Amino acid sequence: MGKIQTRLGDGFMVEMTEAEVRQDLEDGTNDAADRASVPPLTQDELDHLYDIFASPYKVVGVEPGKEVCLSYDSANTKIKRAQISASKIQSLQVLERALGADSLELAHIDYSFKPVKPIVTFEKPIMEQAVLLTIPPLLYGAMPNMALYSQPDGPSPNPADLLPKGKIKEARESQEQSMEYLIDDIVHVGEEMYKSGSDGLNLDTTASAGDAEFLASLKAVEILKKKYPKMAIQMGMAAEFVLGMHGELYYDDVRLAGLYPHDQVKVAMKAGVDVFGPAVNIVTQESLPWNVARSTTWTKACSEASDIPIHACLGMGVGGVPLNLTPPIDALSRASKAHVEICRLDGL
Amino acid sequence: MHAAHAIVSGFGGIRTAGDLVARMQFNGGMRIDAAKKHVADKLGCSVAELADPVTMNELREDMDLGRANEAPEIAKGIDAKFRISKLLDLEINCVEIFREKIERGF
Repeated sequence: MGKIQTRLGDGFMVEMTEAEVRQDLEDGTNDAADRASVPPLTQDELDHLYDIFASPYKVVGVEPGKEVCLSYDSANTKIKRAQISASKIQSLQVLERALGADSLELAHIDYSFKPVKPIVTFEKPIMEQAVLLTIPPLLYGAMPNMALYSQPDGPSPNPADLLPKGKIKEARESQEQSMEYLIDDIVHVGEEMYKSGSDGLNLDTTASAGDAEFLASLKAVEILKKKYPKMAIQMGMAAEFVLGMHGELYYDDVRLAGLYPHDQVKVAMKAGVDVFGPAVNIVTQESLPWNVARSTTWTKACSEASDIPIHACLGMGVGGVPLNLTPPIDALSRASKAHVEICRLDGL
Repeated sequence: MHAAHAIVSGFGGIRTAGDLVARMQFNGGMRIDAAKKHVADKLGCSVAELADPVTMNELREDMDLGRANEAPEIAKGIDAKFRISKLLDLEINCVEIFREKIERGF
Protein backbone atom coordinates (compact mmCIF):
# COMPACT_ATOMS: atom_id res chain seq x y z
CA MET A 1 0.00 0.00 0.00
CA GLY A 2 1.39 3.38 -1.02
CA LYS A 3 2.22 6.26 1.24
CA ILE A 4 0.78 9.76 0.91
CA GLN A 5 2.70 12.77 2.11
CA THR A 6 0.49 15.32 3.79
CA ARG A 7 0.61 17.49 6.91
CA LEU A 8 -0.90 17.97 10.34
CA GLY A 9 -3.03 20.99 11.17
CA ASP A 10 0.06 22.81 12.48
CA GLY A 11 1.73 22.43 9.08
CA PHE A 12 4.33 19.81 9.95
CA MET A 13 4.75 17.04 7.37
CA VAL A 14 3.47 13.54 8.00
CA GLU A 15 3.29 10.37 5.90
CA MET A 16 0.07 8.38 5.94
CA THR A 17 -1.06 5.18 4.27
CA GLU A 18 -3.89 5.34 1.75
CA ALA A 19 -6.15 3.61 4.29
CA GLU A 20 -5.24 6.13 6.97
CA VAL A 21 -6.09 9.05 4.67
CA ARG A 22 -9.45 7.50 3.77
CA GLN A 23 -10.17 6.86 7.46
CA ASP A 24 -9.30 10.45 8.44
CA LEU A 25 -11.52 11.83 5.68
CA GLU A 26 -14.40 9.76 6.97
CA ASP A 27 -13.73 10.64 10.62
CA GLY A 28 -13.48 14.36 9.79
CA THR A 29 -16.79 14.53 7.97
CA ASN A 30 -18.54 12.42 10.59
CA ASP A 31 -17.24 14.66 13.38
CA ALA A 32 -18.66 17.73 11.64
CA ALA A 33 -21.96 16.02 10.81
CA ASP A 34 -22.46 14.83 14.40
CA ARG A 35 -21.69 18.21 15.96
CA ALA A 36 -23.91 20.33 13.69
CA SER A 37 -26.58 17.81 12.68
CA VAL A 38 -25.81 18.24 8.99
CA PRO A 39 -25.30 15.50 6.38
CA PRO A 40 -21.79 14.07 6.07
CA LEU A 41 -20.04 14.22 2.70
CA THR A 42 -21.15 11.63 0.17
CA GLN A 43 -18.89 8.74 -0.87
CA ASP A 44 -18.27 10.49 -4.22
CA GLU A 45 -17.19 13.64 -2.40
CA LEU A 46 -14.91 11.69 -0.07
CA ASP A 47 -13.39 9.96 -3.11
CA HIS A 48 -12.82 13.37 -4.70
CA LEU A 49 -11.10 14.61 -1.55
CA TYR A 50 -8.97 11.45 -1.51
CA ASP A 51 -7.87 12.11 -5.10
CA ILE A 52 -6.91 15.67 -4.14
CA PHE A 53 -4.74 14.49 -1.25
CA ALA A 54 -3.30 11.55 -3.22
CA SER A 55 -2.19 13.80 -6.07
CA PRO A 56 1.63 13.60 -6.30
CA TYR A 57 1.89 17.21 -7.47
CA LYS A 58 3.04 20.04 -5.25
CA VAL A 59 0.28 22.40 -6.43
CA VAL A 60 -3.27 21.46 -7.42
CA GLY A 61 -5.96 23.75 -8.80
CA VAL A 62 -9.64 23.96 -9.69
CA GLU A 63 -10.85 22.82 -13.08
CA PRO A 64 -11.05 25.60 -15.71
CA GLY A 65 -14.47 27.23 -15.48
CA LYS A 66 -14.73 26.72 -11.71
CA GLU A 67 -12.81 29.86 -10.78
CA VAL A 68 -14.23 31.93 -7.92
CA CYS A 69 -13.84 35.51 -6.71
CA LEU A 70 -11.32 36.30 -4.01
CA SER A 71 -11.94 38.72 -1.17
CA TYR A 72 -9.57 39.62 1.64
CA ASP A 73 -9.45 40.39 5.31
CA SER A 74 -7.17 43.30 6.09
CA ALA A 75 -5.68 43.14 2.60
CA ASN A 76 -3.25 46.05 2.56
CA THR A 77 -2.00 45.38 6.08
CA LYS A 78 -0.59 42.01 4.96
CA ILE A 79 1.94 44.05 2.97
CA LYS A 80 2.55 46.25 6.01
CA ARG A 81 3.01 43.26 8.31
CA ALA A 82 5.73 41.99 6.00
CA GLN A 83 7.42 45.36 6.58
CA ILE A 84 7.40 46.14 2.87
CA SER A 85 7.87 49.88 2.48
CA ALA A 86 4.69 50.66 0.58
CA SER A 87 1.78 52.97 1.33
CA LYS A 88 -1.74 51.64 1.72
CA ILE A 89 -2.66 52.68 -1.81
CA GLN A 90 0.54 51.17 -3.23
CA SER A 91 -0.29 47.95 -1.38
CA LEU A 92 -3.75 47.89 -2.94
CA GLN A 93 -2.19 48.43 -6.36
CA VAL A 94 0.15 45.48 -5.76
CA LEU A 95 -2.86 43.32 -4.91
CA GLU A 96 -4.77 44.62 -7.93
CA ARG A 97 -2.07 44.42 -10.57
CA ALA A 98 0.45 41.86 -9.32
CA LEU A 99 -1.52 39.42 -7.17
CA GLY A 100 -4.68 39.07 -9.26
CA ALA A 101 -7.10 40.36 -6.61
CA ASP A 102 -10.75 40.19 -7.67
CA SER A 103 -11.71 42.65 -4.94
CA LEU A 104 -9.81 44.90 -2.55
CA GLU A 105 -10.05 45.93 1.06
CA LEU A 106 -8.61 48.98 2.76
CA ALA A 107 -7.79 48.54 6.44
CA HIS A 108 -6.00 50.03 9.44
CA ILE A 109 -3.08 48.08 10.93
CA ASP A 110 -4.96 47.91 14.27
CA TYR A 111 -7.74 45.97 12.55
CA SER A 112 -10.75 46.56 14.83
CA PHE A 113 -13.59 49.08 14.66
CA LYS A 114 -12.78 50.55 18.10
CA PRO A 115 -9.26 51.78 17.23
CA VAL A 116 -10.39 52.80 13.74
CA LYS A 117 -13.08 55.16 15.01
CA PRO A 118 -10.71 57.90 16.31
CA ILE A 119 -8.58 57.80 13.15
CA VAL A 120 -11.36 57.43 10.58
CA THR A 121 -10.76 61.05 9.54
CA PHE A 122 -7.32 59.95 8.33
CA GLU A 123 -8.64 56.83 6.63
CA LYS A 124 -11.23 58.71 4.60
CA PRO A 125 -8.82 60.62 2.32
CA ILE A 126 -6.95 57.36 1.65
CA MET A 127 -10.22 55.74 0.59
CA GLU A 128 -11.11 58.80 -1.50
CA GLN A 129 -7.81 58.57 -3.36
CA ALA A 130 -7.82 54.76 -3.59
CA VAL A 131 -11.19 54.64 -5.37
CA LEU A 132 -9.84 57.04 -7.98
CA LEU A 133 -6.84 54.82 -8.72
CA THR A 134 -8.12 51.25 -8.52
CA ILE A 135 -10.68 49.27 -10.51
CA PRO A 136 -11.97 46.23 -8.49
CA PRO A 137 -14.63 46.57 -5.78
CA LEU A 138 -13.01 48.21 -2.75
CA LEU A 139 -14.41 47.58 0.72
CA TYR A 140 -13.30 48.94 4.08
CA GLY A 141 -12.68 46.25 6.66
CA ALA A 142 -12.23 45.78 10.40
CA MET A 143 -13.09 43.29 13.14
CA PRO A 144 -15.98 43.87 15.56
CA ASN A 145 -13.68 42.50 18.33
CA MET A 146 -16.06 43.28 21.20
CA ALA A 147 -13.53 42.18 23.83
CA LEU A 148 -11.79 45.54 23.35
CA TYR A 149 -14.71 47.23 25.13
CA SER A 150 -13.99 45.34 28.36
CA GLN A 151 -11.73 46.56 31.16
CA PRO A 152 -8.81 47.19 31.22
CA ASP A 153 -8.94 48.08 27.49
CA GLY A 154 -12.45 49.53 27.52
CA PRO A 155 -15.23 50.88 29.73
CA SER A 156 -17.29 47.74 30.48
CA PRO A 157 -16.61 45.39 33.38
CA ASN A 158 -14.80 42.33 32.06
CA PRO A 159 -17.16 39.34 31.66
CA ALA A 160 -14.19 36.99 31.83
CA ASP A 161 -13.53 38.28 35.36
CA LEU A 162 -17.19 38.22 36.38
CA LEU A 163 -18.14 34.75 35.13
CA PRO A 164 -15.66 32.78 37.29
CA LYS A 165 -17.06 34.62 40.32
CA GLY A 166 -20.56 33.42 39.47
CA LYS A 167 -21.68 36.96 38.58
CA ILE A 168 -23.63 35.82 35.53
CA LYS A 169 -26.17 38.65 35.57
CA GLU A 170 -23.41 41.27 35.80
CA ALA A 171 -21.44 39.57 33.00
CA ARG A 172 -24.51 39.65 30.76
CA GLU A 173 -25.19 43.31 31.56
CA SER A 174 -21.58 44.15 30.78
CA GLN A 175 -21.81 42.47 27.37
CA GLU A 176 -25.08 44.26 26.62
CA GLN A 177 -23.34 47.56 27.42
CA SER A 178 -20.40 46.69 25.15
CA MET A 179 -22.83 45.80 22.36
CA GLU A 180 -24.11 49.37 22.27
CA TYR A 181 -20.57 50.79 22.01
CA LEU A 182 -19.72 48.31 19.26
CA ILE A 183 -22.85 49.04 17.22
CA ASP A 184 -22.06 52.76 17.34
CA ASP A 185 -18.48 52.21 16.19
CA ILE A 186 -19.35 49.85 13.31
CA VAL A 187 -22.08 52.16 12.05
CA HIS A 188 -19.89 55.26 12.34
CA VAL A 189 -16.92 53.74 10.50
CA GLY A 190 -19.08 52.06 7.87
CA GLU A 191 -20.97 55.24 7.17
CA GLU A 192 -17.88 57.45 6.96
CA MET A 193 -16.06 55.10 4.60
CA TYR A 194 -19.12 54.72 2.38
CA LYS A 195 -19.35 58.50 2.12
CA SER A 196 -15.72 58.40 0.98
CA GLY A 197 -16.58 56.10 -1.90
CA SER A 198 -16.07 52.54 -0.62
CA ASP A 199 -18.20 49.85 -2.22
CA GLY A 200 -19.02 48.49 1.19
CA LEU A 201 -17.90 47.19 4.54
CA ASN A 202 -16.32 43.93 5.67
CA LEU A 203 -16.96 42.75 9.21
CA ASP A 204 -14.18 40.24 9.71
CA THR A 205 -13.75 37.62 12.47
CA THR A 206 -17.30 38.27 13.63
CA ALA A 207 -18.46 36.73 16.93
CA SER A 208 -14.93 36.26 18.25
CA ALA A 209 -16.30 37.33 21.66
CA GLY A 210 -19.39 35.18 21.28
CA ASP A 211 -23.11 35.65 20.80
CA ALA A 212 -23.24 39.27 22.04
CA GLU A 213 -20.68 40.34 19.45
CA PHE A 214 -22.62 38.47 16.77
CA LEU A 215 -25.87 40.22 17.72
CA ALA A 216 -24.20 43.65 17.81
CA SER A 217 -22.75 43.03 14.35
CA LEU A 218 -26.12 41.95 12.94
CA LYS A 219 -27.80 45.03 14.40
CA ALA A 220 -25.11 47.29 12.96
CA VAL A 221 -25.63 45.70 9.54
CA GLU A 222 -29.38 46.32 9.84
CA ILE A 223 -28.81 50.00 10.62
CA LEU A 224 -26.34 50.49 7.76
CA LYS A 225 -28.49 48.68 5.20
CA LYS A 226 -31.55 50.67 6.21
CA LYS A 227 -29.69 53.91 5.60
CA TYR A 228 -27.59 52.76 2.62
CA PRO A 229 -29.43 49.88 0.90
CA LYS A 230 -26.82 49.65 -1.86
CA MET A 231 -23.85 49.33 0.50
CA ALA A 232 -22.26 45.90 0.10
CA ILE A 233 -21.70 44.22 3.44
CA GLN A 234 -19.50 41.19 3.87
CA MET A 235 -19.45 39.25 7.13
CA GLY A 236 -16.69 36.77 7.86
CA MET A 237 -16.98 34.68 10.99
CA ALA A 238 -14.47 33.89 13.73
CA ALA A 239 -15.29 30.21 14.16
CA GLU A 240 -17.62 27.39 13.18
CA PHE A 241 -19.53 27.68 16.45
CA VAL A 242 -20.92 30.83 18.09
CA LEU A 243 -19.83 30.81 21.71
CA GLY A 244 -22.58 31.45 24.24
CA MET A 245 -20.68 33.96 26.36
CA HIS A 246 -24.04 35.59 27.13
CA GLY A 247 -26.29 32.68 26.34
CA GLU A 248 -29.67 34.39 26.16
CA LEU A 249 -29.44 36.52 23.04
CA TYR A 250 -31.77 36.06 20.10
CA TYR A 251 -32.01 37.51 16.62
CA ASP A 252 -35.50 37.21 15.17
CA ASP A 253 -36.34 34.43 17.65
CA VAL A 254 -33.17 32.50 16.79
CA ARG A 255 -30.87 31.86 19.72
CA LEU A 256 -27.40 32.87 18.59
CA ALA A 257 -25.34 30.79 21.01
CA GLY A 258 -24.35 27.51 19.44
CA LEU A 259 -25.13 28.31 15.82
CA TYR A 260 -23.11 26.49 13.18
CA PRO A 261 -22.36 28.00 9.72
CA HIS A 262 -25.54 26.75 7.98
CA ASP A 263 -27.61 28.60 10.61
CA GLN A 264 -25.23 31.56 10.99
CA VAL A 265 -25.76 32.45 7.33
CA LYS A 266 -29.55 32.51 7.74
CA VAL A 267 -29.48 35.24 10.40
CA ALA A 268 -26.80 37.11 8.44
CA MET A 269 -29.08 37.13 5.38
CA LYS A 270 -31.98 38.42 7.46
CA ALA A 271 -29.84 41.30 8.74
CA GLY A 272 -28.90 42.30 5.18
CA VAL A 273 -25.44 40.79 4.71
CA ASP A 274 -24.53 40.48 1.00
CA VAL A 275 -21.55 38.11 1.18
CA PHE A 276 -21.02 35.62 4.01
CA GLY A 277 -17.79 33.93 5.07
CA PRO A 278 -18.02 30.78 7.18
CA ALA A 279 -14.87 30.07 9.22
CA VAL A 280 -13.87 26.63 10.46
CA ASN A 281 -10.87 26.56 12.79
CA ILE A 282 -8.16 23.98 12.28
CA VAL A 283 -7.41 21.26 14.82
CA THR A 284 -3.62 21.29 14.87
CA GLN A 285 -3.01 17.73 16.04
CA GLU A 286 -5.26 16.19 13.37
CA SER A 287 -4.23 15.59 9.76
CA LEU A 288 -5.15 17.89 6.88
CA PRO A 289 -7.42 15.22 5.29
CA TRP A 290 -9.35 15.12 8.59
CA ASN A 291 -9.48 18.92 8.83
CA VAL A 292 -10.47 19.51 5.20
CA ALA A 293 -13.22 16.86 5.33
CA ARG A 294 -14.55 18.45 8.51
CA SER A 295 -14.40 22.00 7.15
CA THR A 296 -15.95 21.17 3.78
CA THR A 297 -18.84 19.38 5.52
CA TRP A 298 -19.85 22.52 7.40
CA THR A 299 -19.05 24.90 4.55
CA LYS A 300 -21.04 22.84 2.05
CA ALA A 301 -24.07 22.86 4.38
CA CYS A 302 -23.69 26.64 4.72
CA SER A 303 -23.45 27.14 0.95
CA GLU A 304 -26.57 25.01 0.38
CA ALA A 305 -28.54 27.00 2.97
CA SER A 306 -27.57 30.35 1.48
CA ASP A 307 -29.18 32.64 -1.08
CA ILE A 308 -26.22 35.04 -0.96
CA PRO A 309 -22.64 34.51 -2.17
CA ILE A 310 -20.42 32.47 0.15
CA HIS A 311 -16.75 33.41 0.44
CA ALA A 312 -15.32 30.77 2.79
CA CYS A 313 -12.50 31.88 5.08
CA LEU A 314 -9.31 30.05 4.07
CA GLY A 315 -6.56 31.95 5.81
CA MET A 316 -3.94 30.71 8.23
CA GLY A 317 -5.57 28.22 10.61
CA VAL A 318 -9.04 28.21 9.05
CA GLY A 319 -10.71 26.19 6.31
CA GLY A 320 -8.13 23.39 6.32
CA VAL A 321 -5.16 25.73 5.84
CA PRO A 322 -2.45 24.94 8.42
CA LEU A 323 -2.06 27.20 11.45
CA ASN A 324 1.34 28.43 10.42
CA LEU A 325 2.82 31.80 9.48
CA THR A 326 4.10 30.34 6.21
CA PRO A 327 1.33 28.07 4.90
CA PRO A 328 2.84 25.52 2.50
CA ILE A 329 1.43 25.75 -1.02
CA ASP A 330 0.82 21.99 -1.23
CA ALA A 331 -1.50 22.25 1.77
CA LEU A 332 -3.11 25.56 0.84
CA SER A 333 -3.80 24.55 -2.76
CA ARG A 334 -5.49 21.32 -1.62
CA ALA A 335 -7.69 23.17 0.88
CA SER A 336 -8.54 25.81 -1.72
CA LYS A 337 -9.47 23.34 -4.47
CA ALA A 338 -11.39 21.09 -2.07
CA HIS A 339 -13.56 23.88 -0.70
CA VAL A 340 -14.35 25.43 -4.08
CA GLU A 341 -15.26 22.13 -5.72
CA ILE A 342 -17.03 20.32 -2.86
CA CYS A 343 -18.89 23.32 -1.44
CA ARG A 344 -19.80 25.03 -4.75
CA LEU A 345 -18.46 28.28 -3.39
CA ASP A 346 -18.78 31.77 -4.83
CA GLY A 347 -15.46 32.91 -3.48
CA LEU A 348 -12.74 32.63 -0.88
CA MET B 1 -1.02 33.11 0.51
CA HIS B 2 -2.99 35.64 -1.59
CA ALA B 3 -0.98 34.77 -4.66
CA ALA B 4 -1.43 31.05 -4.05
CA HIS B 5 -5.24 31.28 -3.79
CA ALA B 6 -5.29 33.45 -6.92
CA ILE B 7 -3.42 30.79 -8.87
CA VAL B 8 -5.34 27.81 -7.49
CA SER B 9 -8.92 29.08 -7.44
CA GLY B 10 -9.13 32.77 -8.31
CA PHE B 11 -10.15 34.54 -11.45
CA GLY B 12 -7.12 36.82 -11.65
CA GLY B 13 -8.84 40.15 -11.00
CA ILE B 14 -8.41 42.75 -13.73
CA ARG B 15 -6.17 40.35 -15.69
CA THR B 16 -9.49 38.67 -16.50
CA ALA B 17 -13.08 39.50 -15.59
CA GLY B 18 -12.66 38.70 -11.89
CA ASP B 19 -13.39 42.24 -10.72
CA LEU B 20 -16.56 42.39 -12.82
CA VAL B 21 -17.91 39.09 -11.48
CA ALA B 22 -17.02 40.20 -7.94
CA ARG B 23 -19.02 43.41 -8.44
CA MET B 24 -22.11 41.40 -9.34
CA GLN B 25 -21.64 39.41 -6.12
CA PHE B 26 -21.01 42.33 -3.77
CA ASN B 27 -23.38 44.93 -5.19
CA GLY B 28 -25.66 42.80 -7.35
CA GLY B 29 -26.32 40.05 -4.80
CA MET B 30 -25.69 37.33 -7.38
CA ARG B 31 -24.21 33.92 -6.69
CA ILE B 32 -21.30 32.81 -8.84
CA ASP B 33 -23.08 31.18 -11.79
CA ALA B 34 -25.58 34.03 -12.20
CA ALA B 35 -22.81 36.62 -11.82
CA LYS B 36 -20.64 34.93 -14.45
CA LYS B 37 -23.55 34.69 -16.90
CA HIS B 38 -24.51 38.34 -16.37
CA VAL B 39 -20.96 39.53 -17.02
CA ALA B 40 -20.45 37.22 -20.02
CA ASP B 41 -23.70 38.45 -21.56
CA LYS B 42 -22.68 42.08 -21.10
CA LEU B 43 -19.21 41.48 -22.50
CA GLY B 44 -20.52 39.38 -25.37
CA CYS B 45 -18.25 36.44 -24.60
CA SER B 46 -18.67 32.93 -23.24
CA VAL B 47 -18.58 32.14 -19.52
CA ALA B 48 -15.47 30.03 -20.12
CA GLU B 49 -13.63 33.04 -21.56
CA LEU B 50 -14.15 35.15 -18.43
CA ALA B 51 -11.13 33.64 -16.69
CA ASP B 52 -8.88 33.62 -19.75
CA PRO B 53 -6.35 36.46 -19.43
CA VAL B 54 -5.51 36.55 -23.14
CA THR B 55 -9.10 36.92 -24.35
CA MET B 56 -10.04 39.27 -21.52
CA ASN B 57 -7.01 41.50 -21.98
CA GLU B 58 -8.06 42.09 -25.58
CA LEU B 59 -11.69 42.55 -24.65
CA ARG B 60 -10.92 44.93 -21.80
CA GLU B 61 -8.76 47.03 -24.09
CA ASP B 62 -11.39 47.08 -26.85
CA MET B 63 -14.15 48.05 -24.41
CA ASP B 64 -11.83 50.39 -22.47
CA LEU B 65 -12.50 48.81 -19.08
CA GLY B 66 -8.97 49.12 -17.69
CA ARG B 67 -6.45 46.32 -17.55
CA ALA B 68 -3.51 45.10 -15.47
CA ASN B 69 -0.82 46.33 -17.83
CA GLU B 70 -1.50 50.00 -18.12
CA ALA B 71 -0.83 51.74 -21.41
CA PRO B 72 -1.32 55.31 -22.60
CA GLU B 73 -4.91 56.36 -23.29
CA ILE B 74 -6.44 53.22 -21.75
CA ALA B 75 -9.01 53.82 -19.01
CA LYS B 76 -7.58 53.77 -15.50
CA GLY B 77 -9.18 53.77 -12.05
CA ILE B 78 -12.34 55.86 -11.82
CA ASP B 79 -12.43 56.30 -15.60
CA ALA B 80 -12.68 52.53 -16.03
CA LYS B 81 -15.31 52.31 -13.29
CA PHE B 82 -17.60 54.78 -15.08
CA ARG B 83 -17.55 52.41 -18.06
CA ILE B 84 -17.95 49.31 -15.89
CA SER B 85 -20.96 50.86 -14.15
CA LYS B 86 -22.61 51.49 -17.51
CA LEU B 87 -21.63 48.11 -18.95
CA LEU B 88 -22.91 46.07 -16.01
CA ASP B 89 -25.92 48.31 -15.45
CA LEU B 90 -24.80 48.57 -11.84
CA GLU B 91 -24.50 51.60 -9.59
CA ILE B 92 -20.95 52.04 -8.24
CA ASN B 93 -20.76 54.20 -5.13
CA CYS B 94 -17.57 56.13 -5.93
CA VAL B 95 -18.73 56.74 -9.50
CA GLU B 96 -21.97 58.26 -8.21
CA ILE B 97 -20.07 60.43 -5.73
CA PHE B 98 -17.69 61.58 -8.46
CA ARG B 99 -20.56 62.28 -10.85
CA GLU B 100 -22.46 64.24 -8.19
CA LYS B 101 -19.38 66.39 -7.47
CA ILE B 102 -18.83 67.16 -11.15
CA GLU B 103 -22.50 67.90 -11.83
CA ARG B 104 -22.59 70.23 -8.82
CA GLY B 105 -20.74 72.68 -11.06
CA PHE B 106 -17.85 75.07 -10.58
